[in-house]
Amino acid sequence: MGFSGDSDSNAKAQADAGAMVGANTSAIDGANDDVTTKPAKVVLREIVDAVYEQAWDAKKRGEPVGWSSSKFPAEIAEALGLAVVYPENQAAAVAAKHGGRRLCEYAEALGYSNDICAYARISLAVSDGAPAEERPVPPPDFLLCCNNICNCMTKWYENIARRHDIPLIMIDVPYNNTVDIPASRVAYVSAQFEAAIKKLETLFGRVWDPARFAEVCANANRTASAWLRACGYCAMKPSPLSGFDLFNHMADVVTARCKPETSRALEQLADEYEQAVKEGVSTWRRDETWRIMFEGIPCWPELQALLRPLKEHGANTVAVVYAPAFGFQYGDMDGMIRAYCRAPNSVCIEAGTEWRAALCRENSVDGILVHYNRSCKPWSGYMLEMERRWRKELGIPVVGFDGDQADPRNFAEEQYRTRVEGLVELMRANSVTRENGAPL
Amino acid sequence: MAMDEGILTRSESSGWEEAEAVKGKETLQSDERRATDFVMGLDIGSATSKCVVLRLDGAIIGKAVVAGGVGTEGAEQAKSLALQDAGILSDAAPMRVAATGYGRHLATDADGRFSELSCHALGALRLFPEARTVIDIGGQDSKVLRVSERGTLESFAMNDKCAAGTGRFLEEIARALNIPVGEMAELAASSGKCLDISSTCVVFAESEVVSHLARGASRADVLGGIFRSIAARVGALAQRAGICPMVVMTGGVAMNAGVREALADELGMEISVSPLSQHAGALGAALRALAQT
Repeated sequence: MGFSGDSDSNAKAQADAGAMVGANTSAIDGANDDVTTKPAKVVLREIVDAVYEQAWDAKKRGEPVGWSSSKFPAEIAEALGLAVVYPENQAAAVAAKHGGRRLCEYAEALGYSNDICAYARISLAVSDGAPAEERPVPPPDFLLCCNNICNCMTKWYENIARRHDIPLIMIDVPYNNTVDIPASRVAYVSAQFEAAIKKLETLFGRVWDPARFAEVCANANRTASAWLRACGYCAMKPSPLSGFDLFNHMADVVTARCKPETSRALEQLADEYEQAVKEGVSTWRRDETWRIMFEGIPCWPELQALLRPLKEHGANTVAVVYAPAFGFQYGDMDGMIRAYCRAPNSVCIEAGTEWRAALCRENSVDGILVHYNRSCKPWSGYMLEMERRWRKELGIPVVGFDGDQADPRNFAEEQYRTRVEGLVELMRANSVTRENGAPL
Repeated sequence: MAMDEGILTRSESSGWEEAEAVKGKETLQSDERRATDFVMGLDIGSATSKCVVLRLDGAIIGKAVVAGGVGTEGAEQAKSLALQDAGILSDAAPMRVAATGYGRHLATDADGRFSELSCHALGALRLFPEARTVIDIGGQDSKVLRVSERGTLESFAMNDKCAAGTGRFLEEIARALNIPVGEMAELAASSGKCLDISSTCVVFAESEVVSHLARGASRADVLGGIFRSIAARVGALAQRAGICPMVVMTGGVAMNAGVREALADELGMEISVSPLSQHAGALGAALRALAQT
């Protein structure tokens, strides 16, 4: 299998992200055959499309459809054979297709503050019946919510549950104020896993099959392994990919990580990166003068604007914590629970800082660009202190910019451009200083 | 310590006047200057355009600032006025032009374009070689730059998307109080007490101003509060970047003595300014152009 020479997903990032929402009719059943004939990015896109298609099919058959937060243990619904869609992924796809502002304003007209997460506003608008042709989803019959990703999620899902009068299965993962996950925390979350399974069995007449659960977990682990392998190629110099490619492919890890076709497609993706290294090609078709970490969720409506000055200055994104954060592996139930306890917004600042610092060291990062995301205050809130620690520990410049993951009203391109240019100037000064101490 | 081409701190204004006089004599004889004799730095900001003309030996021979930034005729006017100030014929072409500011990409005749970060740092260092912290408050951005002893940009912090703590904030308040921006500091000097005004949002602050005025507060006291508000906002930014003396202020707001004094109080240290502070970005751009000749 060859590397996809036409991938150039950085240049077409916006189009690719938007294409994820297109009505693709390829069934998952065909994905196994496709992997040898189609580029991985095409197969991966089809897998996400199929997740939503299957949910619509289930709805047509009169079966329940769930809406799930991105880091709810997907293994549970998959093992029970329940169709699930993912509002965060839907909101990202809507935003990438420039529908974010329309749906945010719809939600604000319902009375929701523009201070709350734009994913939440988009999802609340959709739950109220607002059209979202960019990525349509069937109305929910039940909700799966885990607050490991953020606590706004809790109220967001409670609102939808009340609006539709449907069951909400909640798993509470408290913030981890220590690096290690204590046994008491594992026991607390484990009991909730069991309760969630029992409730879903009761609600929908399903029978829990431990063998099927083991199979699903094996798939999830294989997916995570392939995903982390693909992410790992960012460490190559030059990198055969851009971190923005990973942002696009994350949709599969969020929505279909328990499916064997996802594992295979991500293995193909990693193989393609390996081949690209051998051939000396990259989806980043620019000089790789600088290697940066992009911290945070991207501004989906503004991918082109984000990439433009990076391309001009040859600054390739070779580290993104958001992507590998979804590549978690485990060996047993305790390990699985510990994995779900570790999300970017649920780990303490020491763990979060080192998580990213290690990535910067491994991937030879020259500077860090931090997205102060108006939608994600927990994530952005501790960035100021992380910035300080990274500067001190890594000796590289860190620059922040204001934006939003889905509401374009919170992003100003010229302000962003100035900050990127500042980062480049700092990286250049840092590089020159290291080499010969010359001034500006 | 200030350098010799018309630079001063608050206590060195006589030096500036003298330098101006020397330059005036020189420019009277410069009508025959050749096109390759000078370079130009252009700073097209959100509210104003600035231009600095440098002789090839680095001497500042012309400068101009005009109201009207991105999307206006301001840049062309600034260039024309700076040439006139330098005593150079208006059709003479500079050897090189470098542009900075938000409108730098609109400067089609520029040979190079640079961010205002490095340009303000360079300009400030030229004005004050001992500068280690540069605070630039412009029309749309406020920024704090840390520069090293070797003259490298070490780090910077900038305001978020909100206009609080920027020149635009002052303009809005001047409009609300119905006084020219240039007279704000003088009026505030008569303030008896500083009112407490929000530093978080221009719109909120303007509402507070109206409330204070409705309760009978004087405009001077309101302005004192406004200057404190800006100082608190920029002071927090400076703490993020790290403050190290000498602290130099650039940008148009540097010319406002009220903000300057409030910021000096907030930081607890002296702030140095020059009559060329507003031109620092353009000066830095001109130095960039000079470096490329």
